[in-house]
Amino acid sequence: MQRLYDMSAVPRERTTAVRRWALIALCVGCLGILGAQTADAAQPTQQSAPDGFVPMDDVPAEEQLPAAPLLAAAYIVVWVIAIGYLWTIWRRLGSVEKELADAMRRVDTDGA
Amino acid sequence: MNKRAFPALIGLSLLFFGVAPILIVRAPYEQEMGLIQKIFYFHFASWMAMYLAILVLGISSALFLFRRKPSADRLAVAAAEAAVVFGLMGLVTGPLWAVKSWGVWWTWDARTTMAMILELILVAYLILRAYGGPGSDRLAAGLGMFAMANLPFLYVSTEIWRTIHPPTSVVPQLPVDFGLPLWWSVAGFILLCLALLTARSRLEEERATLDRLYLALEDE
Repeated sequence: MQRLYDMSAVPRERTTAVRRWALIALCVGCLGILGAQTADAAQPTQQSAPDGFVPMDDVPAEEQLPAAPLLAAAYIVVWVIAIGYLWTIWRRLGSVEKELADAMRRVDTDGA
Repeated sequence: MNKRAFPALIGLSLLFFGVAPILIVRAPYEQEMGLIQKIFYFHFASWMAMYLAILVLGISSALFLFRRKPSADRLAVAAAEAAVVFGLMGLVTGPLWAVKSWGVWWTWDARTTMAMILELILVAYLILRAYGGPGSDRLAAGLGMFAMANLPFLYVSTEIWRTIHPPTSVVPQLPVDFGLPLWWSVAGFILLCLALLTARSRLEEERATLDRLYLALEDE
């Protein structure tokens, strides 16, 4: 007599697929439980949330801005502005002097 | 302006700027601000050069407005441009110092706000000269005198109003170790300002000569 729950009656491919899905579900479930436990551990225990940003009195050294790059930047900026401005004057002067020489030549030609 | 004045002035200023870094490096660290305080030597000096340029601008503008001297007007244009340049140096070096000392790049307190407004007045002067059309030289002269009138208020702003900017009164009381690099840098910046004024005035004079030549050519 054939038993009611005889697994041999189920095709072999189907039992393999069921087992595979059961294994995947088990793994996902385990990961979920593990993740939830980790998240719980990371949560602060019953801390009151602050109303806004809380200022820090003593800033750690690694959080502070270094002074040397700012100092170097300030001196470089001063030099770049000074040299840049001097260069614009030199360029404009060259252009006006060229125009002036052309105009003088025209005056001389017209006069002659 | 004398053509030989520019090389002499720029040479002298380069001499001062060549020695200034040695004096600044050897100057002691300030107790509270540390290394960043060394920006002060160029920051303060650039404002002093700007003050000088604005004084020249104001006096030249008054001479042009009341005595009708065209050479004074040309000097005023040169001084306004130099004042914008030195003001820009001050406005850039200030926030680089502030971000370390105050924790913010910019704060709208009396001194910084007045400095920004003065810079904008000078930029307005240059825009007026460039795009104002006929008669803008006299309007600009009035603006130049107005800029000069702002100087005393800017200088004493830290003494009158409550501000986080260091007061100007600390400068005369500086110990020699801090004072020597400061006044040395100020001298270098003043010489650079005079050199720039000389070069820029020459440009204006040559432009005026060119205008006269074109007018003569049109008349013929």
